[in-house]
Amino acid sequence: MNRFLCALLFGLTLSTAVFAAIDTYEFRDETERQRYRTLTEELRCPKCQNQNIADSNSPIAMDLRQEIFRMLEEQKSDDQIVDYLVARYGDFVRYKPPVNTKTLVLWYGPFVLLAIGFGTVAMILLRRRRRVDGPTSNTLSEAERERLATLLDNKDP
Amino acid sequence: MKRVLLLLPLVIFLGIAVFLYRGLFLDPSELPSALIGKPVPQFSLPSVEDEQRLISEADLKGKPALVNVWATWCVACKVEHPVLNALAAQGVNIHGVNYKDDNAAAQKWLREFHDPYQLNIRDEHGSLGLDLGVYGAPETFLIDKHGVIRHKFVGVIDERVWREKLAVLYQELVDE
Repeated sequence: MNRFLCALLFGLTLSTAVFAAIDTYEFRDETERQRYRTLTEELRCPKCQNQNIADSNSPIAMDLRQEIFRMLEEQKSDDQIVDYLVARYGDFVRYKPPVNTKTLVLWYGPFVLLAIGFGTVAMILLRRRRRVDGPTSNTLSEAERERLATLLDNKDP
Repeated sequence: MKRVLLLLPLVIFLGIAVFLYRGLFLDPSELPSALIGKPVPQFSLPSVEDEQRLISEADLKGKPALVNVWATWCVACKVEHPVLNALAAQGVNIHGVNYKDDNAAAQKWLREFHDPYQLNIRDEHGSLGLDLGVYGAPETFLIDKHGVIRHKFVGVIDERVWREKLAVLYQELVDE
């Protein structure tokens, strides 16, 4: 029984290693390590579609991680590294797509829809207020009130 | 005017619905190459047969060609290989890029299964593959006679793909 528990615990500790691909890179300092992490998390693996290259175990993701590491060693800036990969794999590799004519709807479409929604609500509210203030209000006019009174008084119509 | 405004939400809904409906039938694994319309990147690599012989991007100019990225570890390439052999026999100009492969295995493969390639580029470390934006073999590029990449096809070229897609594109490049 004890041995079983031991095996179970051992198995559980092993399973954490499955979640992310592990490479051993030696970074010069903490900032470089941080940049490497951000870059690999923001770039998408071309082969596996819905994983970033930090998480993926596919050979191409391994190559790209190595390539990013190499460029960091060469003191390239983040933009240079991203541009290098975009030149080869297209905007597809960016989880943060750039703003251009193709992605305009993607970036600003939600705000346009929101504006339309606010506009509609504002219009409805304005119209309702105007109706309350205007002659078509719910209160009765003097003549109407008199007529109502006679109608109510008249017990035998 | 009021009637038209009432229809607006419906119009927006229909617009979004059409947009999303189309999305259902897009193939998300098909990503456009960033290199269409650009020349083949510079490289200088040995050939598979002879380490002394260097091949560069200049050698790909002159005739339109298929540049096929393959490897012996790639299962789908084995399926594709007989089709490439048949195409080469028909006179289609095909170059091979042996991508991240063991060279001895590649030589053996070409001896055993026939060699359809005019040029056999040995890209052992995948540097050319990286510059070409290759993310998995087999991939095939169509280049024109100036060495400019015009189309890219990812996946196995079978007879149907060739007949319905690539044959026309290749013919266009030949006729240019």
